[in-house]
Amino acid sequence: MAEIRNTQRELYYFQLRLGVAGAVVMAAFALLFTRFVYLQVVQHQYYDTKAEDNRISIMPMQPNRGLILDRNGVVLARNYSAYTLELTLSKIADLDATIDALSAIVDIQPKDRRKFQRLREESKGLDNLPLRTRLTDEEVAKLAVNRYRFPGVDIKGRLFRQYPLGESASHVVGYISRIDDRDLARIEEADQSANYKGTDHIGKTGLEQSYERELHGTTGFRQMETDAGGHIVDTGGRNVGLLKPTAPAVSGNNLSLTLDIGLQQAAERAFGDNRGALVAIEPSTGGILAFVSKPGYDPNLFIDGIDPVNWDALNNSPDRPLNNRALTGLYPPGSTFKPYMALAALELGKRTPAQTIFDPGYFMFGSNRFRDDKASGHGYVDMHKSIVVSCDTYYYMLANELGIDNMARFIGQFGFGARTGIDVEGEFIGVLPSPEWKQKRFKKPEQQRWYAGETISVGIGQGYNSYTPLQLAQAVAALANDGVIYRPHLVDYIENPKTGERSYVEPQATRTIPLKPKNLEVIKRAMIDVNREGTGARAFAGAGYMSAGKTGTAQVVALKQNEKYDEKRVAEHLRDHALFIAFAPAENPTIALAVLVENAGFGARAAAPVARQVLDYYLLGKRAAKPADPAPALKDDDTDD
Amino acid sequence: MIRQFAERLTAKIDAPLFAVVCSIMLLGLATLYSAAYQAPSRFGAQALNVLLALALMWAAAQVPPQAFLRYAIPAFVTVLVMLVCVALFGDVRNGARRWLPLGFASIQPSELMKIAMPLMLARYFHRHEQTLRVREFAIAFVLLAVPTWMIARQPDLGTALLVASAGFYVIFLAGLSWKLIAGGGAAILASLPILWGVLHDYQRRRFLTLLDPSSDPLGAGYHIIQSTIAVGSGGITGKGWLKGTQTHLEFIPERATDFIFAVYSEEFGLIGNSILLVLYLTLIMRGLMIAANAPTFFTRLLAGAITLTFFTYALVNMGMVSGLLPVVGVPLPFVSYGGTSLVTLFLGAGILMSIQYHRALVQT
Repeated sequence: MAEIRNTQRELYYFQLRLGVAGAVVMAAFALLFTRFVYLQVVQHQYYDTKAEDNRISIMPMQPNRGLILDRNGVVLARNYSAYTLELTLSKIADLDATIDALSAIVDIQPKDRRKFQRLREESKGLDNLPLRTRLTDEEVAKLAVNRYRFPGVDIKGRLFRQYPLGESASHVVGYISRIDDRDLARIEEADQSANYKGTDHIGKTGLEQSYERELHGTTGFRQMETDAGGHIVDTGGRNVGLLKPTAPAVSGNNLSLTLDIGLQQAAERAFGDNRGALVAIEPSTGGILAFVSKPGYDPNLFIDGIDPVNWDALNNSPDRPLNNRALTGLYPPGSTFKPYMALAALELGKRTPAQTIFDPGYFMFGSNRFRDDKASGHGYVDMHKSIVVSCDTYYYMLANELGIDNMARFIGQFGFGARTGIDVEGEFIGVLPSPEWKQKRFKKPEQQRWYAGETISVGIGQGYNSYTPLQLAQAVAALANDGVIYRPHLVDYIENPKTGERSYVEPQATRTIPLKPKNLEVIKRAMIDVNREGTGARAFAGAGYMSAGKTGTAQVVALKQNEKYDEKRVAEHLRDHALFIAFAPAENPTIALAVLVENAGFGARAAAPVARQVLDYYLLGKRAAKPADPAPALKDDDTDD
Repeated sequence: MIRQFAERLTAKIDAPLFAVVCSIMLLGLATLYSAAYQAPSRFGAQALNVLLALALMWAAAQVPPQAFLRYAIPAFVTVLVMLVCVALFGDVRNGARRWLPLGFASIQPSELMKIAMPLMLARYFHRHEQTLRVREFAIAFVLLAVPTWMIARQPDLGTALLVASAGFYVIFLAGLSWKLIAGGGAAILASLPILWGVLHDYQRRRFLTLLDPSSDPLGAGYHIIQSTIAVGSGGITGKGWLKGTQTHLEFIPERATDFIFAVYSEEFGLIGNSILLVLYLTLIMRGLMIAANAPTFFTRLLAGAITLTFFTYALVNMGMVSGLLPVVGVPLPFVSYGGTSLVTLFLGAGILMSIQYHRALVQT
């Protein structure tokens, strides 16, 4: 009996405990239900938005980059579309394994891996990097079939930049390359981040860099449904209607240059294997007709990250092909400085044209002997002859009489040692020597002092003189243009590719040097005779037009007193630079140019013939050269021969 | 003739329990069809699992409770030995040693412990029914602790939790004094810092991210964030079957297994959730009723513990998916993809049915 009661009591206790458990269950489910109500009713809007954000990606649409064309419409930079294989790093767990697996499907060379590795190191901030570009149709098909196996791997249709003429005008056009961390910072600073959402490339040098804003265009935006792997999903079935209309991309503007690519290539050919630079300007506008820096390089190599082998070859070459010599090379002008010196003498009343000096082959300054090129001397020399035969002694004396301050002040008006304001970035300023400059340049008091002997070297374009070929060209253009200087520029007009609307770069006269026409006439006549009977005569023999010129030879190493320069005994890179400045036709100049041939010796021998070929091409109809035809395929169109 | 056969076939099947379990299971299959749209073979595999599990449930329902009583110790020892085997030479998958290869298939012995544990403890208390003192409870706790610890170190926190809870329910229902429960609760709270030290890094991270999922949105917090978004964006009516964007755009990880409730919730909304809650509640209440009416101490304890284990499953899983509880690997009962857990669950239901059917037979 007791046992039964006991059992019943136990049953009661058990059921009590079941009841407690049941109550806990109810409470817990009530809690869950509350949570569901909270999430699905109270917070529904919030989570719905989140789900939509997950689902819908705003995909940037890359605008077409503007084309770059020469003055005759020849294409220097253009776009073509191709497929790339891109990896989204954050979505790939094992990168090496993924690349290995991909290489079983598409052709991935060690070169591609190296390039990819380099890209990763250089662009830490970027998540999306290309492994292969220019996929074939077959590769695209194979990848599409296998895509599900590779989260974070995408095939994207992209526009690629191409420079159909390869090395030709490479320094002018420049190149685009993948955006790096520094570019990103700059883009952010310019408040352009949104506009660069879909852009991987940016102009790095040349016009591609300086006209980046015009060329880039405006990025468009489109809403897409994407899955968790970032893949765009076929929206069939779900709420496609919700996807908002798109903001179209606006193509970048085309640049039409003042550059004449035929002339450019004629000039490049004229250099042969020599290093050097040439700048040809239309004096009446400042429009640049040719802008050569030799040797060049193929800008196509840089677009998707240059591979280390090519990079080393270019970067470590003693010829420094990546240097833009016309813009950043600094050279003494040598005797091409003399016409300006002579003009200074006339304008400042230190000489009359007829006044003569006697040249015994040297000029004694104190106990120092300044040697003339011609050891026996030129005898009696007036101003005309001093230019035609390039008499050093005449200018040693003249410099001594003018004084450094007068020289710097007068010659500085031609833009020597000052920024020209050309529309590409990075131009060097050079040095227009003066006591003030020396004061600033040096620290120690004894170095800061200007010595009278230094004035004499400066008088023949040596000493501290150092200018860019662009400055030399601008100065001779000013001479040709009777003292009116136009800002040199490469772009003639910017064209909206859709509307055809053009905005021209107006020629901008930056300075008018007050010069007496009769003084100018003296100088110009002397320069004409340089090419008729003087140092340029051989190069310009039988030219079908009248031209004015001046040869120059710039010392790379300063010679000791009484030492004679012997070309054969000097290492090549220490040999003199050959220079030549010219304009033509002499009466009504349409082209002015400066040529520099590095380590080539006398200007008359190495630089003047280059100038002759360029002027012939420009003035006598484009006879020797075929116009550059844009290559249809991706061949390097190397027109050097 | 046919009708007779059908009657004999279904005689021992508890109709209410069967109906509610099958309803949940059918909802589960529908949800799995949506969740596994990318791997349709999973749906077929799960259908086979269901058939196997139903067969086992039927078989279990035929077995009289005395047999369970008789085989409780051998079953417990066998599973324990299997756990030792797993620890020695089990397969490692996803960094955990949980699987025992048996040649034709591999199983998770820890899953079987979910049944073996309450069987063993219920039998133990049944034997000592008359002399239940602190000593018996202490021994029961040791019997509970050893397998739990072995499972926890596999590591498989979810299963360890379920095994521990199954055992605890037996102990609780056997009459563990309220004082001891309160004291034990306090002791557990006090030992939390020690427990913290024992946990794996990833387990700690899960607890931390529960507190602030946004602290690690692409890592451990990702599961919680995405499943909460799925639940919340489902709204009242849900996005509709096969139309869950979180599901179909692969934002929900483990969407066929532990996180299948996110899929269900996204597509069927609050209405669907309420239906599921009611179904689980019905299941649990039916189970508790069976326990209340069970004839012996053993069957009472067993039925109560199995039923409350269903509750633990449902609570922990739904709580985890909706961001209330940390992420532990507990499936949604009768819904999540996975053969072993399905078999264990249906086996539990079968045992409940057996107890219910045989209640009158034992009483005499």
